[in-house]
Amino acid sequence: MTTVLSSRLGQVARAGDGSADIVCDKQSVAGSVSQRACTFCGSRVVLYPIADALHLVHGPIGCAVYTWDIRGALSSGPELHRLSFSTDLRERHVVFGGEGRLEDSLMELIERHHPSAAFVYVTCIVGVIGDDVEAVSRKVSERTGIPVIPVQSEGFQGSKRQGYDAACEALLRLIGTGSTEGIGKHSVNLLGDFNLAGEIWIIQEYLKRMGVEVVANLTGDGRVADISRAHGAALNLVQCSGSTTQLAKDMQKKYGIPFQKVSYFGLDDMAGALYGIAEHFKDPEMLARTRDLVAEEISQVLPVVEACRKDLEGKRAAIYVGGAFKAISLVKALRLLGMKTALVGSQTGNAEDYRYLRDLCDPGTIIVDDSNPSELSTFLAEEKCDLFVGGVKERPLAYKLGVAFCDHNHERKLPLEGFLGMANFAREVHASVCSPVWQFAPRFQSANPVEV
Amino acid sequence: MSTTDLRAAGTTSSGAVSESTTNACRMCMPLGASLAFSGVEGTVPFLHGSQGCATYIRRYLISHFREPMDIASSSVGEDATVFGGESNLRQGIVNVTTVYKPKVIGVATTCLTETIGEDVGSMLRRAVDPDTGLAREFSVEPPILVHAPTPSYAGTHADGYQAAVASTVATIATEGETTDSITLLPGIVSPADIRHLREITDGFGLPTTIMPDYSERLDGVTVARYKKLPPGGTPVDQIRATGHARASVTIGGLTTPGVTIAGEVLAARFGVPHHQVPFPIGIRLTDAFCDLLTELSGNPMPEWLLAERGRLVDAYIDGHKYVAEKKAAVVGDEDLVVGLSAFLAEIGVTPVVIASGGRSGKLAERITACAPELEGRVEIMDDADFTMIQKAAEQAGIDFMVGNSKGYRTTRDLGVPLVRVGMPIHDRMGAQRVGHLGFRGTQELFDRIANALLEKQQNESPLAYSYM
Ligand code: SF4
Repeated sequence: MTTVLSSRLGQVARAGDGSADIVCDKQSVAGSVSQRACTFCGSRVVLYPIADALHLVHGPIGCAVYTWDIRGALSSGPELHRLSFSTDLRERHVVFGGEGRLEDSLMELIERHHPSAAFVYVTCIVGVIGDDVEAVSRKVSERTGIPVIPVQSEGFQGSKRQGYDAACEALLRLIGTGSTEGIGKHSVNLLGDFNLAGEIWIIQEYLKRMGVEVVANLTGDGRVADISRAHGAALNLVQCSGSTTQLAKDMQKKYGIPFQKVSYFGLDDMAGALYGIAEHFKDPEMLARTRDLVAEEISQVLPVVEACRKDLEGKRAAIYVGGAFKAISLVKALRLLGMKTALVGSQTGNAEDYRYLRDLCDPGTIIVDDSNPSELSTFLAEEKCDLFVGGVKERPLAYKLGVAFCDHNHERKLPLEGFLGMANFAREVHASVCSPVWQFAPRFQSANPVEV
Repeated sequence: MSTTDLRAAGTTSSGAVSESTTNACRMCMPLGASLAFSGVEGTVPFLHGSQGCATYIRRYLISHFREPMDIASSSVGEDATVFGGESNLRQGIVNVTTVYKPKVIGVATTCLTETIGEDVGSMLRRAVDPDTGLAREFSVEPPILVHAPTPSYAGTHADGYQAAVASTVATIATEGETTDSITLLPGIVSPADIRHLREITDGFGLPTTIMPDYSERLDGVTVARYKKLPPGGTPVDQIRATGHARASVTIGGLTTPGVTIAGEVLAARFGVPHHQVPFPIGIRLTDAFCDLLTELSGNPMPEWLLAERGRLVDAYIDGHKYVAEKKAAVVGDEDLVVGLSAFLAEIGVTPVVIASGGRSGKLAERITACAPELEGRVEIMDDADFTMIQKAAEQAGIDFMVGNSKGYRTTRDLGVPLVRVGMPIHDRMGAQRVGHLGFRGTQELFDRIANALLEKQQNESPLAYSYM
């Protein structure tokens, strides 16, 4: 059976084969059963964690239902983001237009929940029926006195990536509207961290110990007021590069704020991120504090990693995740556990990400953009992988074949960021790869006959 | 309090009726269609629309069934939205055919393609036409192509499901010499339910085609070599024969006026006698179902089923005090909610709040027909969301909720147990194996409800008792 469609051949390569760049950042091939969602999804996942905003999905119910509480993004205060609001368009609105419905919905929900701002997500159908969402938003904003911000995220516009851009545009409309008074010179914004399982709190704690002030979280545990003064920070830290690099670039242009790309996954990348920050501020004391912090944290985590590594050494892993930057950190983290990455791919990587992956991975590693179950399941079996790291849609593929799995997705309940996160990751990988249940999986069954 | 009052209870001070939905209690039509197509042998569900819907629906169903689920999309983008999506649809069918070699592709439309006015019926006819077809353009022979129109704003997932089942039989069924088989058309039930339905009709000695049958495809075994098309599903030959079956039986099938259900299609086209029964939950409704099977087969209830019935009656009596005079909220698809309400009524629980996101307009009527003793004593809400449900449950005061995982927030707020049934069950293992139907399914539900109440009582008791 055909595994890779001819129209997708340019999106699959192997490290070390010296061929051309991977084709990426384009609409999924029709009928390819892509693992990737739409523009709306991209916007929704980025903005979702802003906890004191109203997130109203303007469209029929599906888009809102499937993104209800979609991320394990925790809030230290309000939890408005965890409700699923929809204008729930019906046939008559599609015929006669949904502007009235949108206006009434906004007024009603703002009165009921008193949010600090409202985001209106424009879905496929609204793009087609042509509601003037901008005008309705302006009107409601005037009446209620809070920012009401349209997010131009019609699903058909492009892929998830275009949704990131739409989200960044929406954020830019908030940034710069607040006062920057009282912000110190060692200050940062956290971009592209969504506080899954409280991860942002771990990072904030490190920064606090270093003496760095966090102005705004974009967007994990985010607040409208903080975001409105984000332009006062001295440095932007961009973690999920796919989703917020554009925002960082725009802020650099508009407000002169430099940015650094960081990753908080794995010991190397986590330590590298903190050192990079300390170096940026050119403060020797901060650098010394950072050194102490890294040494202390690593000494706590290493024993766990070493213990897991004993059993994991030499095992083979596959990675398929949303963002390519995350994939890069995962390759390194798995290496730390003694594992070899046989397959790595992402939904939204760009040419630069894939070039980096090709250099990073051992020769022969399969690198793939915008993959699908047919390809992934074939590679998984052919490459004899012992572990798959991915999200909800990848999990059953692994399990069906009797392959261990580690959830590295939006919904996870266990923090994987920070030094502590590496220990969690090691434990989770170990728990799955070393589970005795695999002996019953058909692919292993004949290998381990028990003598009775 | 009426539904309108409840809507108003959460509305603006101007008193306007609520416009928005918060925490919906239903899913969209294409999801239901994808589920139904999954139950047809060798079928790949295919959504004609933009990429997101297919991915979201896969993700949602995968979290419930914990099985791989491949749903293709024509990935309609900006250009196709303006100029029409026919070439995307054709290319998509070619690619799916090449990779999966399916027997059937079940094409469901989404809100996007419905609204831009795609004439998918004609497109599919062109795709199989010898002159304009895929065979000529791409040298790819397409499989059977079924089309279900499922604009998400027109109905719920349950409506989409019925639409897909109806389109499948309408496309595939043929005329022929009448067989002695019946066609059983269940609504949205669990794989365990489907397996149990099969046992029951076997028990009556009735050759039966269950359509759709995703009991194996969405509750399969671990494999050594991955099969892109999971085995199982209603065989295409059997679907062909539904056009000349002896009778068809729809289980559930409350529908919106827009959807003609499969049993009605078979009756209108081929004159196959059509029977319709509520979901067999509880003794009364299971008896009614069994009576119909006796009528169709000429055989009495098999011994083993009679024994299950006996044990259920015994359990009802053993446990009746623990559930007596309790108040419940029941939430889910309309068909399920009708069956559950009738069951709760017969064990002495009052389902004070009966809610569904469905909007057939027939919910109250069906409940009164199945459980006349509830008339006037309960709040029946259709087109409900969880904001309304929570408000109603708070007002009525409930002891527990029977419903899907999305009710968890409400039950957590109210401090009462949630007995998980229906779909989606995203926060527990075993959604595929939750039995709802027949005496056995009812037995499971009864035990789970009684035990949930006992557990709550035990946890809240100052005595650490372990004997009752
Ligand atoms: S593709 Fe369109 S309809 Fe589907 S989820 Fe995305 S925005 Fe919603």
